[in-house]
Amino acid sequence: MILLWGSNARETHPIYFHHLLKGVRNGARLYVVDPRRTASAQWADVWMGLDIGSDIVLANAMAREIIVAGLTHEWFVEHATSGFAAYRNCVEQYTLERAERESGVPGTVIRECAHAYARAERAQICWTLGITEHHNAVDNVLALLNLGLLTGHVGRYGSGLNPLRGQNNVQGGGDMGAIPDRLPGFQHVENDELRGAFERAWGARINPRRGLNLSAMFEAMGHRELTCLYVLGENPADSEADRQQTLKRLGGLEFLVVQDLFYTNTAALADVVLPAAAGWCETEGTVTSSERRVQRVRRAVPPPPGVRDDMEIIYELARRLGHDWGEPHAESIWDEVRGLSPMHAGMSYRRLEELGGIQWPCYDESHPGEMYLHSRLWQMPLIGPRAPFTAVEFSPPVDQLDQDYPIRLTTGRRLDCYNTNVQSGGYASPLRRGETLDLSPEDGERYGVLDGENVRIASRRGSVVAPVRFDPSLRPGLAFMTVHFHDQVATNNLTIDAVDPKSGTSEFKATAIRIEKFSEN
Amino acid sequence: MDLHLSDARPTAEEKAAVDVELGPPESGWQGGARQIEEEGRVAFGGREARSRRHLLLPVLHAVQARAGWISPGALNYVCLRLDVAPAEAHGVASFYGMFALAEQPPVVAHVCDDIGCMVRGAEAMCTELQTKLGPAGAECKDGGAVWHRSPCLGLCERAPAVLITGAGANPRECVLAPATPGAVQASISESVAGHWPSEPDVFNAQLSAPQAGGANLRVLRRIGEASGVSTLDDYLRLGGYQALRRSLDLGPEGVVREVLESKLVGRGGAAFPVGKKWDAVRQQSNRTGARYVVCNADESEPGTFKDRIVMEGDPYAVLEGMTIAALAVGAEHGYVYVRGEYPFATRRLRQAIESARARGLLGDNILDSGLRFDIEVRRGAGAYICGEETALFNSIEGYRGEPRNKPPFPTQAGLFDRPTVVNNVETIVNIPEIILAGGAAYACIGTENSTGTRLFCLSGHVVRPGVYEAAFGITLGEMIDQAGGPGGNGRLQAVLLGGAAGAFVSPSELNMPLTFEGARAIGATLGSGVIMLFDDSVDLRQILLRIAAFFRDESCGQCVPCRVGTMRQEEALHRLSSRQPLESVAEEIRTLREMGQAMRDASICGLGQTASSAIESALQRWSLFA
Repeated sequence: MILLWGSNARETHPIYFHHLLKGVRNGARLYVVDPRRTASAQWADVWMGLDIGSDIVLANAMAREIIVAGLTHEWFVEHATSGFAAYRNCVEQYTLERAERESGVPGTVIRECAHAYARAERAQICWTLGITEHHNAVDNVLALLNLGLLTGHVGRYGSGLNPLRGQNNVQGGGDMGAIPDRLPGFQHVENDELRGAFERAWGARINPRRGLNLSAMFEAMGHRELTCLYVLGENPADSEADRQQTLKRLGGLEFLVVQDLFYTNTAALADVVLPAAAGWCETEGTVTSSERRVQRVRRAVPPPPGVRDDMEIIYELARRLGHDWGEPHAESIWDEVRGLSPMHAGMSYRRLEELGGIQWPCYDESHPGEMYLHSRLWQMPLIGPRAPFTAVEFSPPVDQLDQDYPIRLTTGRRLDCYNTNVQSGGYASPLRRGETLDLSPEDGERYGVLDGENVRIASRRGSVVAPVRFDPSLRPGLAFMTVHFHDQVATNNLTIDAVDPKSGTSEFKATAIRIEKFSEN
Repeated sequence: MDLHLSDARPTAEEKAAVDVELGPPESGWQGGARQIEEEGRVAFGGREARSRRHLLLPVLHAVQARAGWISPGALNYVCLRLDVAPAEAHGVASFYGMFALAEQPPVVAHVCDDIGCMVRGAEAMCTELQTKLGPAGAECKDGGAVWHRSPCLGLCERAPAVLITGAGANPRECVLAPATPGAVQASISESVAGHWPSEPDVFNAQLSAPQAGGANLRVLRRIGEASGVSTLDDYLRLGGYQALRRSLDLGPEGVVREVLESKLVGRGGAAFPVGKKWDAVRQQSNRTGARYVVCNADESEPGTFKDRIVMEGDPYAVLEGMTIAALAVGAEHGYVYVRGEYPFATRRLRQAIESARARGLLGDNILDSGLRFDIEVRRGAGAYICGEETALFNSIEGYRGEPRNKPPFPTQAGLFDRPTVVNNVETIVNIPEIILAGGAAYACIGTENSTGTRLFCLSGHVVRPGVYEAAFGITLGEMIDQAGGPGGNGRLQAVLLGGAAGAFVSPSELNMPLTFEGARAIGATLGSGVIMLFDDSVDLRQILLRIAAFFRDESCGQCVPCRVGTMRQEEALHRLSSRQPLESVAEEIRTLREMGQAMRDASICGLGQTASSAIESALQRWSLFA
């Protein structure tokens, strides 16, 4: 069984979805949880169209049903987890009736899904931004992890809890320490022993306290605590929630450096722009995919004149700052990673080439890598810490609906565009139709607007103008826009920067809007 | 799945036709009225919706029969109902000759211009129809109808033949054979006016099976009854279902033993030992899951009509034979795949199945023995290739009728990838005879290596055309004499043995015994039992051109040797017959042989492998292009 939750992988992870369809062809049942009946949902045996932000209600009600029906994997819970009693007490409040009321999904269907998940021989939950672009993103994720622990669908072949990554190397970025509190190999920066190893290797002192995540950085910019910003391969001017505020903050910086392949809207605001080479064909190195597979990347063509590899830019920057690291060399940098990050230790370039990539952890050169994680939870006796249940409570979206803003807008992506379209806007697509406000035909009638008519869309933060497109996959009260066409329609003028304090992610998925008639004059 | 449909919508009639086949849509998501308040939170479908893919062909038939064509709107609705991608559905709909994807009048006359009808005046009839009605493919002068040329309709004993179909709320068919231009015109007018005969055709045993009522018949012995065995009581009175009772006593193993001992081989053309096939499926019985019995009634080989006459004249024998097969291999579900041009046979079979069900001869507890088996009739839709067994499976499953690569063989992975017994009609109706006579006794009929009797389809220039039964071993000349001898001008020029995929033999070869080994000895084949005679007024070059055009048209196009080879073959024959050979006649004939060899060597199914055999056999025997 595959439970795709808050993910329209058919459009946003098309290659992955082909793999998923192989599973479906081989007999896997597919359940999709998504407020919209997306292209992915249309493949599902069961689609559950919950209210936006009610994921925890749904997950907790599933858990309660699993417990009540006696479908808990008791041996696993006893053997490998902690905190079950508190969790059980928490989910006890989430009856099917309550879940139906608060999520909109019929209780009978929630029950069926719970039973199918618990009884499946192998079951996976896969999710993406529908879970994480919320003010309580981490709680949402925990609610899903709890389900895996409750049923033992973790640490076993074919079962698992899988966040689908948005880019070929999101995983690799995190692995290499591009997170505020971690050094390469997820080693905590505030752990003296772990940090010490890096300090000794580098002969330098590392700030012993964690840094700021993206949202916190923007807040700090707002407070003028952060005055200098170096942006690598990001386009926050278009991608951050509450765009007007973002632009103000970027504009208020004392110094902005942007390093990118393209002259983005953020680059247009920069004091210095450093043109960067294209990672996939103009550089040497590695990337790491969603399944933790480290793969080699090879330079096929030299970058255009005046453009440099990220690695060269950083080395040159270091030299100008008084630290001459010599000539950059991808394999020696990788070997340095292997020396400092135990989970990468066994991945020599030679082995990566021979094996066509290796999935971490890979502790030494005889280790084949791990196809799936957490198998230790099934070992007798248990090795390492127990996996904790974390009871989480429902918390509705911050931007609430009311008479003035009665429609729930959610944002997302389409098959032929990628995020702010920096990478994908350069080529033509027969599917691309520009930004639209997707509405159910019923809402079109209700608000007296026609398919194709330009309307003004207003939230508590701002407004934009876009044409209406009737989309029968939406129910009344639910609207959809993408984030692809900021030059025409700055969708993030509408979104709220209500941020999950743990992950730093904004609640892009839940905005309250209204539609106003628009006249060109 | 995520369907990307055009804006075309079905008409109310088209929708209703689909819903009759599939039941009403379960939700707005599946094409029903949009009820977003109730359905905006949940939708079902997925595997369950896609599991009905095998209903695609019946549904397309329903739309075609209702509207006279399959409109883009109707196709969209079918896609929604069955969760089939529109490109796939279009691929299937456009594969079959009987489906129209452009609007056409509701009444369609299919005028056979294939070789059997050609020598009985089809060409003259087409010329006259053109004068009377207007050109083929265009709406007839009086409106409401259109006529098309058609490949063999399997009515060769009554050539020339015409099949008229009428779409509408009450879709109808009517067979005219033998047809005259005047009768065709009159019949079209009647049809357009809504007047149809109550049955599509009239079964006339004396006309179609001239031996009917005679002695020494086995397979045809019941067919002499006035209008065929039209009721279950008739069948029972004539000894029907005795063989099934005996089979229940014998048990699966005993039945397979008898069939093995009978040395029965398949009558469809490939002559594979039936007992071995059944035994192979039975051996898979220990594995869980379904097994199937499929009766191949997609009789489309030009010149072949025996299976049609058996189905029309003795339909219960088909059911009884299939039920015995099901008992032997442990199948609970059977299909009869009848070619789409056989409306009368389809009707007779369906009636027979209903009666058998009502009397406990099909269903959950057959003859109170605990045996569970039922049969479904599936109609082809005008594709010769679907007579190839794996193409037939694909067609039943709702795909284009393209043959599969083998292995796996049907006994391992056939219909729905399950172990499957597939036999043609004539083979199946031999089964009750074998069970009643005993395998060993049956093996004494005929010759050492060709046991039992065989049905032959005599047509063309013969005095009494029709289906004949004879023990293997009778010579070709004797068989022709039984049918009254050569007809036409009486001066026999050639005999086509085995159909378009068979071979021509000359009058000097009439003493060949009609056995598998006898045919092989002169480089021919019995194929589907076709014996078509041509007197010396026939221009054999025109016959060869028609055969070449047939294969070019019927090649499914999936594999290159056949798709390209059948086209090149026809082109070369056109150049030869118009006396414009490339380089020389000898060079063209060399090219034809080479093309034939390439198709034999490299095509994945029998169509390509035999597409040149009749043509090459003629070139070998006669200097047609000197």
